[in-house]
Amino acid sequence: MPQVDAPGGEKPRHKPSRGPRVAMPERPAAERARDFDEVNLGYTQEQAKAEADRCLQCKNPTCIEGCPVNIDIKSFIRHIIDAEYAEGVAVLKERNALPAVCGRVCPQEEQCEAACVLGKKGQPVAIGRLERWLGDFDLACELGERCEPEVGADTGLRVAVVGSGPAGLACAGELRRFGHGVTVFESLHALGGVLTYGIPEFRLPKAIVQAEIEMLGIMGVEFVTDVVVGATYTVDELLTEQGYDAVFVGNGAGLPVFLGISGENLNGVYSANEFLTRVNLMRGYEFPKADTPVWRGHKVAVIGGGNVAMDSARTAKRLGAEDVFLVYRRSEEEMPARKEEVHHAREEGIEFKMLCSPSRIEGHDGWVTGLVATRMELGEPDESGRRAPVCVLDSEFTIDCDTVIVAVGTRANPLLTKTTPDLELTRRGYIMADEQGATSKPGVFAGGDIVTGSATVILAMGAGKRAAQAIDEWLVTRSQ
Amino acid sequence: MFTIIHKRQLSESVFEMGVQAPAIARKAKAGQFLMLRVDENGERIPLTFSDWSAEEGWIRFIFMRVGKTTHKLSHFEVGDALVDVVGPLGVPTHVDGLGRVAVVGGGVGAAVAYPVARAMVAAGNEVTVILGARNDDLLILEDEFKALPLTELIVCTDDGSAGRKDLVTAPLKELSAAGVLDHAMAIGPVIMMKFCAATTKEFDVPTTVSLNPIMVDGTGMCGACRVTVGGETKFGCVDGPDFDGHLVDFEELMSRQRVYVDDERLADAEYSRECSCHK
Repeated sequence: MPQVDAPGGEKPRHKPSRGPRVAMPERPAAERARDFDEVNLGYTQEQAKAEADRCLQCKNPTCIEGCPVNIDIKSFIRHIIDAEYAEGVAVLKERNALPAVCGRVCPQEEQCEAACVLGKKGQPVAIGRLERWLGDFDLACELGERCEPEVGADTGLRVAVVGSGPAGLACAGELRRFGHGVTVFESLHALGGVLTYGIPEFRLPKAIVQAEIEMLGIMGVEFVTDVVVGATYTVDELLTEQGYDAVFVGNGAGLPVFLGISGENLNGVYSANEFLTRVNLMRGYEFPKADTPVWRGHKVAVIGGGNVAMDSARTAKRLGAEDVFLVYRRSEEEMPARKEEVHHAREEGIEFKMLCSPSRIEGHDGWVTGLVATRMELGEPDESGRRAPVCVLDSEFTIDCDTVIVAVGTRANPLLTKTTPDLELTRRGYIMADEQGATSKPGVFAGGDIVTGSATVILAMGAGKRAAQAIDEWLVTRSQ
Repeated sequence: MFTIIHKRQLSESVFEMGVQAPAIARKAKAGQFLMLRVDENGERIPLTFSDWSAEEGWIRFIFMRVGKTTHKLSHFEVGDALVDVVGPLGVPTHVDGLGRVAVVGGGVGAAVAYPVARAMVAAGNEVTVILGARNDDLLILEDEFKALPLTELIVCTDDGSAGRKDLVTAPLKELSAAGVLDHAMAIGPVIMMKFCAATTKEFDVPTTVSLNPIMVDGTGMCGACRVTVGGETKFGCVDGPDFDGHLVDFEELMSRQRVYVDDERLADAEYSRECSCHK
């Protein structure tokens, strides 16, 4: 593996291209809305070079501060410009164990790209697409040629990581760099957490997730599936009889939230979690070859405005629904979903019903027949800064549908916390942790959605990484 | 992988299976369940423990061949392995300080009733077991129940081929009416639990039911197992599987259990066609 050279220095000054931002090649909407293959095709080498050439290579690269894990963006882009791809990968992997994943699902438009100087007057550098391109370059290499981050000398200390989602994986990779032994415990039968059960194949192919995890395995991370910490082992047992010196809890925000409206337990009503798990993790779209069925609605109403709602709507379309409605109580502007996902959903024929608040679900013989909603208008901004929706009187109407998917968020899963009595929780049941992930219980650290509530992949990864640092410091201090 | 170390056919379509799973066996308690997947294409299904040994590191469950998964499972033999077994899940059955209890086990529900009755006896309660089945062939675990120090074991069959020719609700009503019950627990088909709860309600005997809603992950993540209890939505996997039988909306539960009936029939039919070992 070639070493990363010191940034800047002897390299000649880069002359930016001033060309337009290179569009992401994607499959036509009509074609892709019928299968589960990836929508975005990724840059070619020429496209990656052309896009990288746009980078100004700023003296003070603001993009790096925009990244939750502070990837040295300037440096990896420079490596693409100079066709030093393996070196570019190494720069990414310095900070991010899963570049091919993050290149796909990070909200770059709010992070690094929002901080790009070029974005002030025109289009920012497509940092995410370049990250994806390098990540894919790495995954396309033979295993022996792939970038393998350096692992620290064995410290003889062992850390248990609970959950193999973004927070756990980032934490595990980082802990190996410090030389600690790491075992990741996953409650499901497959690794990856939300990357596997939640985000659909057409946005994040599972082969990519597996390949990134495989590298962590090569780095010496041990993975154990089918273990529910809180049930199979408690946190205290991990710290005592199981012989771990510290525990990182990254088990995610588990329980789906429902609206509490009547008819929610009718057949044909799914939580987004269940719907997506049946399709992604259990491969319901291959039923009956795969054994898990998923109800394929003809007319589907998805409630919510986030990425999970978009994923659910687009998945329903791919399962053959004729009409898919996205029902959101605010306006499109307030939707928390990524612009790209909203755009893709529209292209694929998802019908947006904005400013509609569901009031009840109607059914017949136990099955859904319609979603009754009230029209809303935007009033004064609320505490979140978004304009609060207000009911329009007598505006109730019915959306005919046979399926309703509720994608309005999650709450904390109590399985682990209720068996760990000395772990301090917030009012809503999330684990209290400081910036570094330290909890009220010595040796126990936490990060990701179980601390913050539903957030993004990269924020969870950032939390996992910071916690790894804190765990390392804690272990070192304790052993002195 | 979880190796099968025990298999016993209890009736034409009911099987008892034991797998090596030391970590789970150490923690299992009466009323809790496991999730299993038979193979890489398998679905995740919940099954309640019928027995376990912490010392020897095994767990057992009993299943009826009703769909593709249980059909596949019935073809597994000792020495084969299941790809996934997870647990123990759910809140254990409350067994302390109940007093005089009737435990009703109907059909395959007897599999769950057995460890529950055993735990209740061990906790010092006076336990009467009402064991019910359509006929003698379908009656399971009678010997195991006989071996427990029960107050009484009452066997009922629909056709009178064993024990009383009665539904389980008949002796339950007698005991309730006689005022000798402080608590009842019903485990079996939803319709049976519904009628048991209706029977005891008349006499104000607190009654627990062990529900078996559809689940995907079994850890609270999917919400497929939601049931209405006292007008509130609960999750069978993390809030249950035991609930107050007088508060459960059984009609809704029965309806929710039928969601995939057509799919299951299709999958099993296809599997049966493909499967050369099918009789």
